[in-house]
Amino acid sequence: MTPVEFAGKYGLTVVTEGGGSCREIEGAYCCDLLSMVMGRAQENDAFVTVMANVNTIAVAVLADVACVILCEGIHFDEACILRAKQQEVCVLESEKSAFAVALLLGKELGLC
Amino acid sequence: MNTLKWTYEVDGSDFTRAGEASSAVKKNLRKLGVPPEAIRKVSIALYEGEINMVIHANGGVITVEMTPEKIDMVLADTGKGIPDIEQAMKEGWSTAPDEVRSLGFGAGMGLPNMKKYSDEMKIDSTVGVGTTVYMTVYLQ
Repeated sequence: MTPVEFAGKYGLTVVTEGGGSCREIEGAYCCDLLSMVMGRAQENDAFVTVMANVNTIAVAVLADVACVILCEGIHFDEACILRAKQQEVCVLESEKSAFAVALLLGKELGLC
Repeated sequence: MNTLKWTYEVDGSDFTRAGEASSAVKKNLRKLGVPPEAIRKVSIALYEGEINMVIHANGGVITVEMTPEKIDMVLADTGKGIPDIEQAMKEGWSTAPDEVRSLGFGAGMGLPNMKKYSDEMKIDSTVGVGTTVYMTVYLQ
């Protein structure tokens, strides 16, 4: 399932599409410590977080995740959104908690 | 032997620009058709080093050299230096200030991540003079 398909199915907002229509979510990683994400998130993971700063986008690019899912109704500011567009990062937003989003991802990935 | 070389100055005054050099290197490597796993290793190792330069050393210079066999990265700064490299290499050890921690860094993962994602790594550091980190990722 692509990030955009995931957003459509579960009511998340697609903030920037980036490559979100053409790559599959293959796993998920939930964390707000960006160095932890850099070291442990896998390529094509959905990166679930509440950390909304421009470095979040940089980490998403360099760790090569499928998308960033910002939870708890937190929003990126305009500078972050611009950076995400420039770097073609798919950004989704949800009012749900990181745990609730992780459960939905787990269901789609056949993990629960 | 074909060698490609890129040099980047890292601005230590603007945390929001940290990662620009790493992103630029990643783009170059992609264009050159470097295997994705090697690109990922270089990107992660370099980004962590770049972040460290911004947090601890007010910037510095990154040099990346690529041959058909390997990618060498040298990150040189004139910051305050690392008093105890062995301690700094431990996961969870950090001297980053609170404002950096609030942005999601300073978890004491930077140097361990650099070691994990490079095939070779060496640190030369002198307190009050600066730090140079040498990392290599092999392509073959």
